[in-house]
Amino acid sequence: MNEWRSRARVALALVGAVIAAPVQAEEPKHGGVLRIYHRDSPASASILEESTFSTNIPFMSVYNNLVLYDQHKPQNSIDTIVPELAESWSLSDDKTTLTFKLRSGVKWHDGKPFTAADVECTFDLLMGKSKDKLRKNPRETWYNNVTDVTTNGGNEATFHLKRPQPSFIALLASGYSPIYPCHVSARDMRVKPIGTGPFKFVEFKQNESIKLARNPDYWKKGLPHLDGIEFTIIPNRSTAILAFIAGKFDMTFPTEVTIPLLKDIKSQAPDAICQVHPINVSTNLIVNRDVAPFDNADLRLAMAYALDRKSFIDILAEGQGDIGASMLPPPEGVWGMPPDLLAKLPGYGPDVKANRAKAREIMEKLGYGPQKRLPLKVSTRNIATYRDPAVILIDQLKDIYIDAELEPVETSVWHAKASRKDYIIGLNLTGNAVDDPDQNFYENYACGSERNFTGYCNKELDALFDKQSQETDVEARKKLVWDIEKKLVEDVARPIIMHPRQATCWRPNVKNYTVTVNSSYNNYRFEDIWLDK
Amino acid sequence: MASYLTRRLMLMAVTLFGISVIIFFLLRVVPGNIVDILFDSAGMVNPAEKVKIERELGLDKSIPVQYLAWIGGIAQGDLGYSYVSEKPAIDEIAPRIPVTAKLAAMALIFSIALGIPLGVISAVKQNSGADYALRVLSLAGLSMPAFWLGLLILMVFVARFGTIPIYTEPAKNLWDELLLYSVPAIAVGFRSSALIMRLTRSSMLEVLRQDYIRTARAKGASAQAVNYDHALRNALLPVVTIVGIEAAFLIGGLIVTETVFNIPGVARFLVEAIRTRDYPIVQNLVMFIAIVVVAVNFLVDLTYAALDPRIKYAE
Repeated sequence: MNEWRSRARVALALVGAVIAAPVQAEEPKHGGVLRIYHRDSPASASILEESTFSTNIPFMSVYNNLVLYDQHKPQNSIDTIVPELAESWSLSDDKTTLTFKLRSGVKWHDGKPFTAADVECTFDLLMGKSKDKLRKNPRETWYNNVTDVTTNGGNEATFHLKRPQPSFIALLASGYSPIYPCHVSARDMRVKPIGTGPFKFVEFKQNESIKLARNPDYWKKGLPHLDGIEFTIIPNRSTAILAFIAGKFDMTFPTEVTIPLLKDIKSQAPDAICQVHPINVSTNLIVNRDVAPFDNADLRLAMAYALDRKSFIDILAEGQGDIGASMLPPPEGVWGMPPDLLAKLPGYGPDVKANRAKAREIMEKLGYGPQKRLPLKVSTRNIATYRDPAVILIDQLKDIYIDAELEPVETSVWHAKASRKDYIIGLNLTGNAVDDPDQNFYENYACGSERNFTGYCNKELDALFDKQSQETDVEARKKLVWDIEKKLVEDVARPIIMHPRQATCWRPNVKNYTVTVNSSYNNYRFEDIWLDK
Repeated sequence: MASYLTRRLMLMAVTLFGISVIIFFLLRVVPGNIVDILFDSAGMVNPAEKVKIERELGLDKSIPVQYLAWIGGIAQGDLGYSYVSEKPAIDEIAPRIPVTAKLAAMALIFSIALGIPLGVISAVKQNSGADYALRVLSLAGLSMPAFWLGLLILMVFVARFGTIPIYTEPAKNLWDELLLYSVPAIAVGFRSSALIMRLTRSSMLEVLRQDYIRTARAKGASAQAVNYDHALRNALLPVVTIVGIEAAFLIGGLIVTETVFNIPGVARFLVEAIRTRDYPIVQNLVMFIAIVVVAVNFLVDLTYAALDPRIKYAE
């Protein structure tokens, strides 16, 4: 574990070193179009309606937030939040009223002025209060604690909270929290978005390209440096990587380079700058605890003991991944459990043989054994990032008298199937946009949440979620978070297999880009990136 | 001839009607619809919201009612709206057709230009070294998967020339267009040329054994006149059939080539639309491909008569 910790620290230090050094030395140049390939065609341009960084990466630079994570600090945290459309903010004494003083003179891309009413409209839309409706609202739970948003003149907006929630501002700083204009419909925002951001939307051709052009009236004078950004949609990963190697693109799609592909890039384009980093998307298991056989808590525990997490990481990511519970582990993750505490959790001890022996012991008590094996299906989406770990899981379960069979499920029906609990065990990937317990716990583990696919519901833990959410002392909150993580592991709520790492590469002429190490969703404003051409 | 044409046109209409019914109903019995996909992309399912969107898209109506609405729309030139991009389906489909048409035409030209002469050479020089070499080449063409050949070509380009012949933006002039499509056209046309080569060879061998060829030779006709004027013209009938089939295939079957070379054509778009259950796009694109296939078959039939005056169409 010490080796793991020092490796991660070195990686984090490198992130800072690689990025910071050239920035200080060089004067930014203006002009040029940043060319990036895109891994797929996003469903729409409306960040508020989507749940994938396939939308955030190309469209985040069209918008602004009230506040944003500092785009040049590798680790997102409360301490790295900087003002954007808000000039400043203040919290009332009872910590339930959060007031933002807004920047004046900001204009939407269509020339209309930005005002506090736009902030009110955006959050009314998110809370389902407005007449216009979002077609999908995947992050409605983020705003459960908000009673309403009010304005005081054109330059002040106030969020009224039901209870104190110190990390509410962390959610507002995410790439998922842009401010939308009142005067543009939700439908138009999906196809032709209007923002206040550094780049204007030019065109989005499905399955072909997305083009953005410099906003000459951007409220940050002198920015952006680039004339535009062009995303060419190349779903075939091999073609995309070859095109990057051949110099067709200045940058890979962020977080999309797998470790084996990274070797290709390094050997064929040695000048490319590449960083391997956690993506805060965990590979995990969803277990149907309402039906046999996993309605039995002991059987769930046996399965937890059977997992050899290091093997998953070694096989799938050539060792580039991290073992952790539901929060991203440190040092990149702010809230994850320290390794010494983690190792004490069921199934997390380093002695895999001993863990498996314990698992078999439980299974034998339940009546299973070499002569009486448990047949079941492992369901997962029929795409490699889901299917590959599922195959390894099936192999590992054989050691504890479970003969599992893979059930590949077409992507179009996966979430519907998961949500109606039409599975015994499912292998799933869960991305966390914000490295904050509120986002993760309320979204994935709280009773009744739409994205809580397992239907895990523990009122005691729900109360603990609220308790940690209100805690203002960071160290005290961390301890609460770790207690919750421990309980989630013991309850086998959603066993986390691994937190994989992937890479982002760019050409040396791309300057001032910083990779975020604990989120894949928040770092694409691109306003002060420049090309040394 | 006139009554033959009328009958063929009526048959084409019935075929297209049948295809429209099959496609429409098949699409709707496949599990999952656009609303499932929309929610899948958001990683959530909200039954109440789903019902609302289904109503908004008209998916709550019965299948026959939806079918009639679609056919009625086509009759009025309205192909409906893409569920994904929320743009008129015609605006999504129309720009992609020329892209695929150009690629298919170049691939077809390449395959004919390569396949027929090499097939003739192979037949005329039967069992020679050249024949064996060409037969190996044609077998290689048939055996190599298009994606493998395509990726291999891309790798060679990157390693040897430091560039990659893929589509990243529309060509600015004819020369750019030729450069853009020639490499994928060769990749995809290689397989077709191998097929045409083999068929030309076997057809030529059969014709070269006919009595009239012997007669032509006995009358002192030159080898070139025998091979090209007498034999090839008659040997071309099955080749024309296969060229017709390949032409139809190239319109809708270029999925692998379009994916590897990142060409925003019809086939790749169709697969993506099927994945997202974008019914208006899938239905209209499949109908377009069906029309092309039926029309090409019709043209092939007409070409028979032009090639062989003995062929007469029953009145």
